[in-house]
Amino acid sequence: MILIKRMQLLGRSGLSFMGDIGRASLFLYQALVGKPDWVHGFGRLVQQLYSVGVLSLIIIVLSALFIGMVLGLQGYTILVKFGAEHALGQLIALSLVRELGPVVGALLFAGRAGSALTAEIGLMKTTEQLSSMEMMGIDPLRRIIAPRFWAGQISMPVLALIFNCVAILGGYTVGVEWLGVDTGAFWANMQSAVDFYADVMNGIIKSVVFGTVITWIAVFQGIDCPPTSEGIGRATTRTVVYSSLAILGLDFFLTAVMFGET
Amino acid sequence: MKMRTVEITVGALMVAGILSLLMLALQVSGLSHFFREEPGYRIKAEFANIGALKVRAKVSVAGVVVGRVVKIQLEPETFNATVWMAIDPMQVDKLPIDTRASILTAGLLGDNYISLLPGFNETEFLREGNNISIGNTDSAVILEQLISKFLAGQVSASKNTNNSQRDQ
Repeated sequence: MILIKRMQLLGRSGLSFMGDIGRASLFLYQALVGKPDWVHGFGRLVQQLYSVGVLSLIIIVLSALFIGMVLGLQGYTILVKFGAEHALGQLIALSLVRELGPVVGALLFAGRAGSALTAEIGLMKTTEQLSSMEMMGIDPLRRIIAPRFWAGQISMPVLALIFNCVAILGGYTVGVEWLGVDTGAFWANMQSAVDFYADVMNGIIKSVVFGTVITWIAVFQGIDCPPTSEGIGRATTRTVVYSSLAILGLDFFLTAVMFGET
Repeated sequence: MKMRTVEITVGALMVAGILSLLMLALQVSGLSHFFREEPGYRIKAEFANIGALKVRAKVSVAGVVVGRVVKIQLEPETFNATVWMAIDPMQVDKLPIDTRASILTAGLLGDNYISLLPGFNETEFLREGNNISIGNTDSAVILEQLISKFLAGQVSASKNTNNSQRDQ
């Protein structure tokens, strides 16, 4: 008897999980597919790019600087034991461009912008702004969700690129200016090791995927949250947890596909 | 927040993103070196083998870095490697014409670099475009070749001893 109950529980959670995915996909489809409104849509997109992208810039730049500096310091102390400190540039650039830039950038982005998106949309739902929009004959999905989704998807790769650059400059500061690695060796090794298409472009593709997933989870959690203050809090937490897990899991698959066969 | 400020900051974000992409393309992945010329005058040197010497490797006199390698190419007739170096005139502007160039390795596993050993000619100096001929250069020491030579030497030496033992 208890076995059947367990089976039932498993079936129920499986069904609700599949239902969530179905609703999320349908919701994204409704929000994005259709005739775009170029004139007003662009203004709304710029507004969202500001709140999603520009306001995330400070945390991205600061973390990138420190991560780059730590990479420089740690890499130097390890490489100098083998007399290979000239390979520092290569170490920093490859680890940043391939992994750390997109992944850490996305984690920060999920914490900074994803949670804000969920809370904002959740509060709109709780205070019935979304229903009143529907009353006025405005589609809230197209009006509220679409610009936020595109803004997240555009800003994520841009922020990841800025993250990479700032972190490499941070590593350069520590490695070359403070610890005395030769400048030419630093850049020459980096340039001979990093390939633009295989490394930089794949990093950008990763960050586009992460941006899509984060904003998708964030806006869906916002629109799907129970309309209470507790519900908003839970939805915000879920956004951060789900998107962090999704980033790390997807990163493994993307890495396996992109860099696996060599 | 005024719309104007919002638009300006978003524009700045986009510009920063494009600049970052440019930096990653040019400086980090080295798609091109065309935009920056190394300062200083150019001299070239012919080597029989440059080992793992790379563009932007350092050029030193008595251990002091005086320039960078700017170009490496193969001579089609002689199959020698020609290495172009940019020498900083602030560091050294009168290198004797009989200066010797050798490719050395920094440490056991380190990068290759060029060491210049100034000659004794006090009237003629290396100028823009001058060549250090192959007679005045030392090729890179390639560790694998040294090891294989050493091993071959060992084998032949042991054969000799074997033969001499057999003779006795």
